[in-house]
Amino acid sequence: MKSAKAVKGEKALKTVSPVGPKKHGIMFYLKKDWQLYLLLLIPLAFALIFKYGSMAGLVIAFKNYKILKGFAGSEWVGFEIFEKVFKMRDFGKSVRNTLLLNGLTLLFGFPMPIILALLLNEVKNKYFKRITQTLLYLPHFLSFVIIGAIAYQIFGQATGIVNNIIAANGGTRIPFLQQDNNWLVTYVAISVWQSMGWGTIIYLAAITGVNTELYEAATVDGAGRWAKCMNVTLPCIKGTIVTLLIMNLGKIMGGSFESVFALMNVATTKFTTTIPVLVYNYGIKSGKFSEATAIGLFQSVVGLILVLAADRVAKKLGEEGLL
Amino acid sequence: MDSTSKVMLPKTKKTWTKARVKNLGIDAIIYTFILLVAMTCVLPFIHVMSKSISGEAFVIANKIVLLPKGITFDAYKKIFADASIVRSLYVSVVVTVLFTIVGMIITICAAYPLSRRDLKGRTALTFIFMFTMYFSGGIIPEYLLMNQLGLLDTWAAMILPLAFSPYNLLIMKTSLQSSIPDSLIESAHLDGAGQIRILWSIVLPLSKPIIATLSLFYAVGRWNAYQDALFYIKQRTDLRPLQLKLYYLVVAATESFQAAVEGSAQLTNPEVLKASCIMFATIPIICVYPFVQKYFVQGTMIGSVKG
Repeated sequence: MKSAKAVKGEKALKTVSPVGPKKHGIMFYLKKDWQLYLLLLIPLAFALIFKYGSMAGLVIAFKNYKILKGFAGSEWVGFEIFEKVFKMRDFGKSVRNTLLLNGLTLLFGFPMPIILALLLNEVKNKYFKRITQTLLYLPHFLSFVIIGAIAYQIFGQATGIVNNIIAANGGTRIPFLQQDNNWLVTYVAISVWQSMGWGTIIYLAAITGVNTELYEAATVDGAGRWAKCMNVTLPCIKGTIVTLLIMNLGKIMGGSFESVFALMNVATTKFTTTIPVLVYNYGIKSGKFSEATAIGLFQSVVGLILVLAADRVAKKLGEEGLL
Repeated sequence: MDSTSKVMLPKTKKTWTKARVKNLGIDAIIYTFILLVAMTCVLPFIHVMSKSISGEAFVIANKIVLLPKGITFDAYKKIFADASIVRSLYVSVVVTVLFTIVGMIITICAAYPLSRRDLKGRTALTFIFMFTMYFSGGIIPEYLLMNQLGLLDTWAAMILPLAFSPYNLLIMKTSLQSSIPDSLIESAHLDGAGQIRILWSIVLPLSKPIIATLSLFYAVGRWNAYQDALFYIKQRTDLRPLQLKLYYLVVAATESFQAAVEGSAQLTNPEVLKASCIMFATIPIICVYPFVQKYFVQGTMIGSVKG
């Protein structure tokens, strides 16, 4: 998209310029815009060192990496590491957990902002709207450590406020975060809660773009609020909804390290081992660098393929793509 | 229905027509629902806040719900007496400030040239930068790179690797392309100004809002992140930023409070200390939050409308 525009712009410039479509060598451009290229050196250096530099380290997924022998000294083993990794039970578990956590969060978290945005759109009181929006956006601004710490204050088994209330009313304490299945539910609930408010922004912007004449026409036709919401607002923001859904599906293999890591504990390991957590345990904690890199590379490649596929699907459906 | 009621309203003031009652009923349901959802976003913080300033006895007896009882600031005194917590706050502040400055320099240096449509090689350069948004080396190669560069357990480990952000670059570039007219730069160029001069005296003064927005993106992002510090800061405990310190103290609970260990004053209940520690880390964000929220909304909108 961008590239097409850029090419068009260059062509237009060339035809308009009085010099005509004369070809210039690379030195001509370097001389003309040398200051711009000089500026670009700074970000380029950062991107090359820290982003592409680390990509070079991916070779150790194909080597039997020993930290003492270094990158070059370690021997090549082809796909041996991958074969080994794919057979491990932990690996299958981590893929399942990543898909499970992301999938459930998407399933319950995706509709929430749409519902909230549609409801907020019905609120006519300016102040009420502004205050509630401010409150709804708040969780987005806090780190996962704070969210995790507060989650234990609220849902902790021994001292959490929810369990205190349950116990005070004669109930038995529920291990919201200390039992596998409960942990999964609590994790998904917290993820949905944290992102629901912030997610409304895009939908509210899309709703603002709806032509008001459509509402007037609907009013003349005798449509009530519900009918207008279902037959005017929703169809008008359908494009945004579809695009975001596809893009989120594209990220379903994505890493969720910070959110999981801040909520996990020794009592719950069934669902907490997502791919990034496994990579952390294998690599940084146990020093199995080749295996951990292979697992990480698997996630990156599948993730990239899914994002590209999502972009393709979105464009096929006539929506604006991501790339 | 709406238009008829609007026309009728002045004449038949406060008539409880069926439609109006129904409308008000729907309103009541909507307002209540939104209010309840919004409350879930703020009540947890009020609870923890109350716990942090309540008397120990009330906390141990599980008496604190939303209002503090037996107000005391002892726990906060303990927090401020714990040198390692105060130190982590200092680390977070320094890292956030430096990170934001470095990040903005990089973003501006990349976004301005790439926003010039006549720059040769623009497409290829943009691709080099944007590709990093969709594919990365991953946790281990990044860790090994930091190890090779000798950056483990240094301040730079928390400043340099994340300073280049393709997402922020995209926002800055889109914003420059739409807000700075080409003719303005052309005319400055004809007047003999070099590109760096044009950037410094024309483009940057005109881009203050987006610079403010992206600085906040960088600052809040850095303040909240803890993954890189968890990986890269191992031996030098004095380099732990606040979020990481909070993680070890409260979430993992592998560390105890210094003041509590020394036992100089009367022992404070760990629950109260945990709560006040959480608030200690949350209050800085809550203080700036009302002012920065607006910029975040604007920046996110630019980010979602791609150029």
